[in-house]
Amino acid sequence: MVVTTSWYLALGAVLFSLGAVGLLIRRNPLVMFMCVELMLNAVNLTFVSLGAELGDLGGQLSVFFVLVVAAAEVVVGLAVVVAIMRRRQGATTDDLSVLGG
Amino acid sequence: MDVTVFLISAAIVLVGALGVLAARNPVHAALFLVQTLFGVAVLFVLQDATFLAAVQVIVYAGAVVILFLFVIMLLGVDRAEDLGVEPIVGQRPLAAVIGASLMGLLLTLLLVATDGPTGAPGRTAPLGDGVDNTRRLGEALFTDYVFAVELTALLLTVAVVGAVVLARTVKGALQPLPVVAVATAEEPPRATDEGSGVDSADEFDTATSESIEGGDA
Repeated sequence: MVVTTSWYLALGAVLFSLGAVGLLIRRNPLVMFMCVELMLNAVNLTFVSLGAELGDLGGQLSVFFVLVVAAAEVVVGLAVVVAIMRRRQGATTDDLSVLGG
Repeated sequence: MDVTVFLISAAIVLVGALGVLAARNPVHAALFLVQTLFGVAVLFVLQDATFLAAVQVIVYAGAVVILFLFVIMLLGVDRAEDLGVEPIVGQRPLAAVIGASLMGLLLTLLLVATDGPTGAPGRTAPLGDGVDNTRRLGEALFTDYVFAVELTALLLTVAVVGAVVLARTVKGALQPLPVVAVATAEEPPRATDEGSGVDSADEFDTATSESIEGGDA
C-alpha cells in the first residue's frame, strides 16, 4: 500500500471542513481565529501535496507566502480583538452585531 | 512505513482539529491547535518539504500560537465557555449540514477523479530531496519571486504598524492636532515690498503664533 496524493488531498478536505464548521459554531473570536488557521493549514497541505505530485516547487512557494500572510492576519486580527475586548469585556461575536448598522 | 506515518499523523491532525472545535477552554483549544500543526509538519516532512516543516513548527507553533496564548492571558478570557447554550437557534445543525456538504463535495470530487490529481508537470525548479529543499526554495524566492518577497516585507511592516496603532491605549486627554500655517487667500504674500524675504518670514512667524493661540483657545 502506497500513500498517494489523493490521501493527502482527502485529509486536507476533512481538515478544511472541520475548520469551517468550527468557524460557524464557535462564538469566542479567538477560537474562531484558530479555526481559520486550521483551514489555512488544510490548504497548505493541499499545496504541498500537489507540488510534490507535479514536481513543481510552486506549491511550496505558495505555502511560504500563505504562512507570511497568515502571520500578518493573526497579528492584525488579535489587535482588533484586544481593542474590542478593552471596550467590552468578554464580548463574543454575537455581541458585536452593533456594527451591522 | 510511509503508510504508518501517514495514518498516525492524520489521526493526530484530526484529533487536534476536533479538539479545537470542542474545547471549552480557549487555552486548551490553542494546545490542540499546536497538536494539529505538528501533525501537518510531519506530513510536510513525509513529502520532502523539510524547510516548510521547520517553518511550520517555528512560525506557527512557535509564534502564532504563542501570540494566541498571550492574548488569551492578557484579556483574561481563559474561562471555560459554556458550549451547552446555543445562542442562535438552529445555528449548529445548520453549521453541521454546511460542513458535511462541504466535506462530501470535496471527497466526492476526489473519488470521481479516478486518475488522481492531474495537471501539467511543473516547470519551475525541481523539488530537490530533503537536503536540497531549502537551497532550491531560497534560489527560487530570491530570483524569480523576489518582488513577491519584497511585497511580503512591506505587508509585515504594515501589519506591525497596524497592530501597534489598533492595540495602543491613549492615556489622558488627546493632544490637540498640530496647526499648520497656511497662507490664506485674503492676505497674499506681498512680494513687491522691499526686503520681501524678511517680510514674508515675519508674516510666517505671526501667522504661526496666531494659529497656535487659536488652537489653545
